[in-house]
Amino acid sequence: MSSATIGSALGAAFLASFVEAVEALTIVLAVGLSRGWRPALSGAGLALLALAALVALLGPLLGLIPIGLLQYAVGVLLILFGLRWLRKAILRAAGLIPLHDEERAFAHETQSLAQQAADKRADFLGGLVAFKGVLLEGVEVVFIVIAVGAGRGLIGAASIGAAAACALVAALGLIIHRPLARVPENALKFVVGTMLTAFGLFWTGEGLGAPWPGGDWAILALALLMALFALAMSALLRPQQPAPAAS
Amino acid sequence: MSALSAALRELVGLFVDDSALALLAALVIAIVTLATKLGLVPPLWGAFGLVLGCAVALAASLVGARRGARP
Repeated sequence: MSSATIGSALGAAFLASFVEAVEALTIVLAVGLSRGWRPALSGAGLALLALAALVALLGPLLGLIPIGLLQYAVGVLLILFGLRWLRKAILRAAGLIPLHDEERAFAHETQSLAQQAADKRADFLGGLVAFKGVLLEGVEVVFIVIAVGAGRGLIGAASIGAAAACALVAALGLIIHRPLARVPENALKFVVGTMLTAFGLFWTGEGLGAPWPGGDWAILALALLMALFALAMSALLRPQQPAPAAS
Repeated sequence: MSALSAALRELVGLFVDDSALALLAALVIAIVTLATKLGLVPPLWGAFGLVLGCAVALAASLVGARRGARP
């Protein structure tokens, strides 16, 4: 197995998990600063336990699926997943939809929690918000780790990348106690979208029995190709500035 | 029941944002798979077709989104 494959799996899992962890952190911070850390951390902790159970359940099942079928199935899902990320990143880069704003998401979540402040179950509802936020973002992380790792037995490398990203975001959140609004989320989504789509195309091709030229290095070539295509599309889609009036 | 359908919606939402893009990409994958499995095209050509088809599906979805965004 080439270092390109290991590096690509680790890098894709790290960057994708970083984006998801930033979104989860915003929700946990909103609950923690509005309702207190007990409901926030218990909700997040329960979600992590549920995710661990999901991984424990899915892990052994993956070993039962023939590798060709696994590569094809995971590849198809990755293509759909990656194209979805890439589409959103291109539309945001072209200015056709607004950029994701962590400060705004934090304010929205805090406002929703404030509206429930009079409710007797406010702490429980806050915990539920943290649980749901971490679980939903965490399911995406689990899928990404399985998807980029399962095709070549790289789940260990992908897990290291994902765990490092989650630990980094948690540490940053602990230090600054604010949403990570300065993270260039769309640029990250752009890179992750191209890498996940590249992995999806590669696995699906392998599942069909295609001997990719260059072997595993084809993943990087496909990622580069998709990145160039995405950059060209975002430039083409950007609304044209009106020509300055002649003086 | 509503919690189950909400969870299912979230799960589908992981892969489907623009349904036209998901449908077109699924169609491309299905055509390439059939053509390859029936031996109509060699697997490598099928894989190249997959790359091209997915790029075309994404471009079509983006152009559609731009039309929709125009005032």
